[in-house]
Amino acid sequence: MAKEKKRKAAEEAVDGDDYIEREDKKPKKQKLILASQIKNKEKRSAVYAKLKHEKRVEKRKKIKARDAASKQALELGEEPPEKMVPRTIENTRELDETVCRPDDEELFAGNDADEFSAVLKQQTAPKVLITTCRFNSSRGPAFIKELLSVIPNAQYYKRGTYELKKIVEYAKNKEFTSIIVVHTNRREPDALLLIGLPDGPTAHFRLSNLVLRKDIKNHGNPTSHEPELVLNNFTTRLGHRVGRMIQSLFPQVPNFRGRRVVTFHNQRDFIFFRHHRYVFEVKEKKEGLKDKKSKASQGKTEKKAIARLQECGPRFTLKLVSLQHGTFDTKGGEFEWVHKADMDTSRRRFFI
Amino acid sequence: MQNDDVIWDVIRHHHCSYMAKIQTGNFCRNPYNVTGICNRSSCPLANSRYATIRDHDGIFYLYMKTIERAHMPNKLWERVKLPKNYMKALEIIDKHLEYWPKLLVRKIKQRLTKMTQYRIRMVKLSKKVREKIMTVPRKEVKRESRREEKALRAAQIENVIEKELLERLNKGVYPDICNYDEEIFNKLLDKNKEEEQEEEEEEEAEVEYVEGDYELEEEEELEEDIEDMGDFLKANNFEDIEGDEDDLEEQPAKKKAYVSYPLKQDDGTEKVRRKGKKVVVEVERDEDMGNRQHNVM
Repeated sequence: MAKEKKRKAAEEAVDGDDYIEREDKKPKKQKLILASQIKNKEKRSAVYAKLKHEKRVEKRKKIKARDAASKQALELGEEPPEKMVPRTIENTRELDETVCRPDDEELFAGNDADEFSAVLKQQTAPKVLITTCRFNSSRGPAFIKELLSVIPNAQYYKRGTYELKKIVEYAKNKEFTSIIVVHTNRREPDALLLIGLPDGPTAHFRLSNLVLRKDIKNHGNPTSHEPELVLNNFTTRLGHRVGRMIQSLFPQVPNFRGRRVVTFHNQRDFIFFRHHRYVFEVKEKKEGLKDKKSKASQGKTEKKAIARLQECGPRFTLKLVSLQHGTFDTKGGEFEWVHKADMDTSRRRFFI
Repeated sequence: MQNDDVIWDVIRHHHCSYMAKIQTGNFCRNPYNVTGICNRSSCPLANSRYATIRDHDGIFYLYMKTIERAHMPNKLWERVKLPKNYMKALEIIDKHLEYWPKLLVRKIKQRLTKMTQYRIRMVKLSKKVREKIMTVPRKEVKRESRREEKALRAAQIENVIEKELLERLNKGVYPDICNYDEEIFNKLLDKNKEEEQEEEEEEEAEVEYVEGDYELEEEEELEEDIEDMGDFLKANNFEDIEGDEDDLEEQPAKKKAYVSYPLKQDDGTEKVRRKGKKVVVEVERDEDMGNRQHNVM
């Protein structure tokens, strides 16, 4: 009974179709079989290989077309078609509302009023106290030696078994402007604690990828001139604050004759530290055999000024774990920023 | 009926669940044991009249058991709170255990001494600040190292540094770098400046709103501000510095484009004064600078 009814309904529907005169009768759908649904491994892999090959061929075609177009445009003297910009993590970074803008009044007012302004305005010269955790071993002392050579006006004191708060007081009495505590774990320097004085913030960084000077090939030896600072990519408010903190470790008047540059480069919340000596040179390009004195200013110049770097000093990366307002006090202190596991969920979200 | 000897016989030679045999001897795990050793005189099960001191939350209690209550295990142990003062506690022990065998009393007092000592030590330790060991899940450690590698590759640090240094050079931040062939270098600088001045207009608008590479170089600000200074100083009539300003003003346009961005000077005076000092210093250091610039002009 049911079947008969169905058949009748189907017939009626068909009749209905003709009656209504639907114009676009749907063509028979070709069932698209996904390659992943083929159960036979050999056949499946063959289909995949074919797909891949097709894709690659298409891509090459596109690239060729693009190159040809740009070449043509150049020859004709027109503007080449716009270069496509690859999508990077930095391009697609999640919009952060705390990014410092160049016209931010509040930012400058804040800068004037913050803990580093004294040092940064050259009212006090930076004086740094370096110490370690209670048990210091293996690479720690070597690293500290190198730190001492990087940061001018830095002194090393043995830790003993003093409490950190006592050390902070002691340093305040001796008029230091900041303390660096190098923490070792499993015989490797593991963390850096940067404490600003007199009541500066405490930044806790995790140290990784430490390469000592002696392990760098063709390393240079740093002089004792005051280094230049380069701080890159500290965009957000937090980053700005951290950047200023780092800046307050170094004297504000660099000695350019020394040609020393210390770089803190922030990339995706990792702060890379590099220490170089640089040299400016004139580089000649080999195109044509024009002599040095000719001046070709259109298009390509054969002489370029370049900077060459020789790495000296250690190389390491820092990652901010927490920033605490006031000097070291984990229990009672107010944390401005703490890294939580939650924050790592998005691959496009960075905080510094 | 309580026959201590029989109990001891059975326990010792057959099985006592409180006994722990170690290399160095037999120990008793019974919490009511005074000395902790498995002994005829220290066994709480094999002695019908026994006493101990036990510690609860930092307070010591004297526990006593007598044969009269042997048939009521629930009420077997009688407890007396001992004061924190060592001498007073001793007195109380003496009072309660007056007619008890001396050996036991002595053992109890020894135990009391040891416990007070370790209580003092615990209190001292807890006051000390100790490092807390925190573990990081391995997954996170690995994730971090992976991300770091990728970030390193994306950073292209050396290129960025070189570019930055060249920019600074072109801006004239370096007054006296002396490792180049001066003639050629000057010519290069001129060339660069010419090229850049052509493109000035285009760049200005863009540069003003650049946020990606926010750079915090005081040194740069030093030099940059000199240009801004020009307007400011004129506004405020700082006559003595004006002369020097002129030298540096030949490239105002380009530098301004770059400069206005980190330091909009509405909160000016303080900064002006500060920069003023710096400006003086800079000029005094380099007499060459003025000359060189003039040549170019």
